[in-house]
Amino acid sequence: MEQTLAVDHQSAGKMKFLIGGLLIVAAIVYLIVSSTHANAQYFLTVDEIYSKGAEVQNRDLRISGAVIGDSIQFDPQTLNLTFTIANIPGDNKEIEAQGGLAKVLHDAVVDQNNRTLTVIYNGPKPDLLRDEAQAILTGKVGNDGIFHADELLLKCPTKYEEALPDQAE
Amino acid sequence: MIADLGLGALAITLVVSIYGTVAAIYGGLKSKAEWIESARLAMLLTFPLISISALSLIYLLVNGHYEFEFVTRVTSNSMPTYLKVTALWGAQAGSLVFWSWLMSAFASAVTLRKWDRDREFLPWVIVVSLVTLMFFVSLILFFENPFARIWRMPDGQFIAALFQPAGGVLASLRDGQGLNPFLRHPGMTLHPPTLYLGFVAFVIPYAFAIAALITGRTDDRWIRITRRWTLIAWLFLSLGLIIGGRWAYDVLGWGGYWGWDPVEISAFMPWLTGTAFLHSVMIQEKRGLLKHWNMVLIILTYSLVIFGTFLTRSGVLSSVHAFAASAIGPLFFGFIVLTFVGSLYLLLRRWDDLKSEGTMTSLLSREALFLLNNLLFMGILVVCFWGVIFPLVSELVTNQKVTVGPPFYERATAPLFAGLLLLMGIAPLSAWRHSTAKTLGRAIWKPTILAALVGIGAPLALGIRSWAALLGFFLVALVAFVTLYEFWRGMMARRRTQGEALPVALANMIARNRRRYGGYIIHLGVVLMAIGIIGMEMFQKETQGTVPAGGSISFEGYKITYQSLSSFDTPDGRNVTRAVVNVEKNGKNVGELYPRRDFFFESQQPVTIPGVRSTWEDDLYIILVDWLPISSQGATFKVFVNPLVNWLWLGGFVFILGTLVAAWPDNEPELATARKRRRAAAPAEA
Repeated sequence: MEQTLAVDHQSAGKMKFLIGGLLIVAAIVYLIVSSTHANAQYFLTVDEIYSKGAEVQNRDLRISGAVIGDSIQFDPQTLNLTFTIANIPGDNKEIEAQGGLAKVLHDAVVDQNNRTLTVIYNGPKPDLLRDEAQAILTGKVGNDGIFHADELLLKCPTKYEEALPDQAE
Repeated sequence: MIADLGLGALAITLVVSIYGTVAAIYGGLKSKAEWIESARLAMLLTFPLISISALSLIYLLVNGHYEFEFVTRVTSNSMPTYLKVTALWGAQAGSLVFWSWLMSAFASAVTLRKWDRDREFLPWVIVVSLVTLMFFVSLILFFENPFARIWRMPDGQFIAALFQPAGGVLASLRDGQGLNPFLRHPGMTLHPPTLYLGFVAFVIPYAFAIAALITGRTDDRWIRITRRWTLIAWLFLSLGLIIGGRWAYDVLGWGGYWGWDPVEISAFMPWLTGTAFLHSVMIQEKRGLLKHWNMVLIILTYSLVIFGTFLTRSGVLSSVHAFAASAIGPLFFGFIVLTFVGSLYLLLRRWDDLKSEGTMTSLLSREALFLLNNLLFMGILVVCFWGVIFPLVSELVTNQKVTVGPPFYERATAPLFAGLLLLMGIAPLSAWRHSTAKTLGRAIWKPTILAALVGIGAPLALGIRSWAALLGFFLVALVAFVTLYEFWRGMMARRRTQGEALPVALANMIARNRRRYGGYIIHLGVVLMAIGIIGMEMFQKETQGTVPAGGSISFEGYKITYQSLSSFDTPDGRNVTRAVVNVEKNGKNVGELYPRRDFFFESQQPVTIPGVRSTWEDDLYIILVDWLPISSQGATFKVFVNPLVNWLWLGGFVFILGTLVAAWPDNEPELATARKRRRAAAPAEA
């Protein structure tokens, strides 16, 4: 008799932990799901922005493109930065298939028929913003069709292959 | 010649590792001591071998052997010697050599310990260590070889290859491209080595865990042996993360220290599981519970270490949304999956041997609160992991790449971090085995009231109204008071029983229970860091402005006067544009700052170095954004005021100090903990 009582007591104790644990797991799941929902950013290429049109306007987006050097304009008075990016593939495999990031960026900038997108950003001009850099931008496409960036991330591929012929004997 | 030596040593390492693994398995299965001894010597040999390899690579770097692709990529003539040495970890191939070097150092060190009582673990520790080493050495040899030379082909093309291709002529280059300017900072000489030391040191506890699973010696012996290894691993990992944050603050010029970048997160994830592990092994030692869980944690930590090594250096995630860019990506994934599944299989085989020696009964007992702490750490881990893999998942499911940024991590982890702080305040006051709301309430009401007065009252008086900040400061104050009270209580008890003066009591108390009080010092470090983080996250202010020479910007009590600008070349290949600004605080002159922009000719890349004035109240952080032609003398500045951020660095220092206290060798550590356990097993002991 006493033994069964002890067992009951033990399983009640386990129950307590199970419920407590489940509550915490549920809270963590809720945190993840709601935060994902609130902060998801669609990753698009320049081409996709055009093909989706109004559907993606005023939504949180992340886009990637090749910086066209001649288009960079910076006003140090207002810190308004404007430049144009050209379409590059969003998929890494595709980039590799086309000869690597450096080549894809170069081709994207040189190709006159490539789709381009104007970007506006307010803030210091990033150190890496230059011709044929890869720009990864966070922001929204406004009704004016211009991309209003909140955040700029830039990447320049190593170009040792290009530097070599100049100095090799 | 030197290169051949380095390459040869690496190749021999691979052979020796394969031999050692086979010998250890054979010796372990057949219980043949001479085979195990032979395997042990093989493992001991890996360190001198990889040292030869790493030192030859450093020789090539320092002496400018630019015919090697790796050397060309990371060094140049204008770099000072110490940077040429640290260029070893400036790109992937060299990093892997460096990783293996550290790994072999730890593996060799572990062979030299006294194995008398733990002979049966030895062969399997050797197998795990050598298989890990073998994997990395094979990657270097076959995929990312730093000893590859650059060859000029007849058609004018340049290719990098280990051996002379048909018709190829060795390209002789006069200069290299130089190390990425962002990496030319004292922080970068320390950040990767400490992080890597943390990574590799975690292999050792994992190796012992696997040895325990294979041999079936599944008591807590493996935990006791590896306690110090785990703490050392954790020490370096923490140090690496802190130095990395400091480097970002000093060099990256965005006024922050942590950006929830996937690469940062990948270094943070093993720290999370490692921290959970450090806490939960205490429950196994004291109560014999959570044995399965500890195994899972150390296996996860190992997998995350390999994952982190891969991500931090491969550049895979720098493209933000794609994983397998590098040739070695699939290999890494293969290795992680293989070791993870293999470890889980071993764990399941021993599942029944790892039964708990008791049960948890009280929800507020120390062990239950430790379990909760583990749940929260795992929660943060899941948030991080989800954030990193979310783009892949969303693409698989919806065929649409969706990413999440820093706001996601901040929102999802903030409540979990707050929960951890709360636990840090409560757990030291709860008793092992049994604690009720009543006993806990009695212990905690005084510190709670004190914390409310200091943590909420003081900020309110200063005009702070954000409830999140008030909650944060309250929790921080609670942890501080509870922890300090624990020190005070221990000291008073010693004074009473031993008649010692308080400082002597403090020293003796810490010396007699280093892990406990080291842990509390770490908690105090976390408190200080949390103060800095709350200050930065909630009260950082920024402004920007363009001013003519002599003009000034007034902001948050500061008056920043732009005085002059100069531009000059330096012998190490930079053009430096440096502004001189005068700073006044509340009308009082406090000195000059020199925000500048360095332009590196070799890489055609500018680096913005902020001018920073640090005080305990706040940091004034000024970035030179742009300047007009020298004649008109105008310049644009971005100004950050970072409240309390210095407390973050102080906290980091205290944190490391506490870890050192906890990890400091005892004379006979294993006996000491065994004694403690016996004492703790007595129900009266809190």
